[in-house]
Amino acid sequence: MTTTVERTALVDFLVRHGDDNVILGQRLGEYISYAPELEEDLAVANIALDHLGVAMHLYDYAAEIEGSGRDSNWYAMFRNERDFTNALLAEQPQPDFAHLIARGFFFDAYQTQLWAGLSSSRDERLSGIAARALKEATYHLRHSSSWVIRLGDGTEESHVRMQRGIDAMWRFTEELFDQPDTDAALVVAGLICDVTAGKGRFDAIVASTLEEATLVSPEDPYQASGGRTGMHTENLGPLLAEMQWMQRAHPGASW
Amino acid sequence: MVTATKVTADDIRVMLEEVVDPDIPVLTIADIGILRHVDVHDDGSVAVSVTPTYSGCPAMAVIEEDIIAALSKRGIADVAVEMKHFPVWTTDWMSPEAKRKLAGFGIAPPDSTLAVVPEILCPRCSSTGVAKVSEFGSTACKSLWVCSTCSEPFDYFKAI
Repeated sequence: MTTTVERTALVDFLVRHGDDNVILGQRLGEYISYAPELEEDLAVANIALDHLGVAMHLYDYAAEIEGSGRDSNWYAMFRNERDFTNALLAEQPQPDFAHLIARGFFFDAYQTQLWAGLSSSRDERLSGIAARALKEATYHLRHSSSWVIRLGDGTEESHVRMQRGIDAMWRFTEELFDQPDTDAALVVAGLICDVTAGKGRFDAIVASTLEEATLVSPEDPYQASGGRTGMHTENLGPLLAEMQWMQRAHPGASW
Repeated sequence: MVTATKVTADDIRVMLEEVVDPDIPVLTIADIGILRHVDVHDDGSVAVSVTPTYSGCPAMAVIEEDIIAALSKRGIADVAVEMKHFPVWTTDWMSPEAKRKLAGFGIAPPDSTLAVVPEILCPRCSSTGVAKVSEFGSTACKSLWVCSTCSEPFDYFKAI
């Protein structure tokens, strides 16, 4: 990495994807003990932990590049809502298990493409983080897609609920493949991948899974965006309040 | 304590044989393949690099502390533990000896990541009649299985 512009762009990139993972991890954590069976509580907790770990590694790398002496905790705990650049999908709540599975499924289908692309980064550290995350995301996708199929092609009730979950999360899926202009130089330099390149494969995974699950892609063409520029849905503020209050009330507290 | 003769990287590796995975105390960090490099610098300072198994593995922080503790009680105070992300850890780095220890501890060891259909044996009765209970288990690296011959549930160390 040579220029200041590239360094700033890479920090933005790392923080953006760190944000996706920390917010998703927090959302999943909320659901522990509410899952339909004990094995799913374990699954939700394990997947949340994987996402938090990825966030930590991305944030730590961003902090090192910035050289500000901060660590991963600072990015998670001391930034405000408008500073977070996670995709809107990550912050969406889960009124039931089907919503949680639908959100996870879309994220897993997206992240398997993202990590696969980033694992050939010229930046060894980033490619290492991505290659590990790819193994984890592949496992998550196997879990979430099997639930989409099991619930979609299940009982009348589970089918209705799974379709509702898909419908609720659908409008936040296009944003996953938005890539800010500041990334362009990093793509050219071979440090990151072209995120949009994964959209075709994502669409194919979604189409084949929904078909097997006897579910349909929503007709509604509306797609929301804004997360990448800090314009969030009403759901992020309360999540951050819950996640950050301890560190805000007692800065630096540890145990 | 200042030692008269300079310690070597091999000496450090021997000292680190007491550092085990806190979740699987029969395996040392060398057995499991997460201890990567040991460097002894001219000024006597030691750099140890480790690689995480899973992104969110909570044992990593404990392992880092244990490395520092194991070396400092032998007079090596200047220790830096570095987290190395590349290349990525895989269960293929686990030694055959480590796999035997795992089975003895009641955890079915990971098969080769290249195996299309992994061979999973019940760690208690070696039966092949096993069934998966849950894709996720007590830690990120394990899944839950049950043996249909001896009826005992057991952990399988996932091959990644």
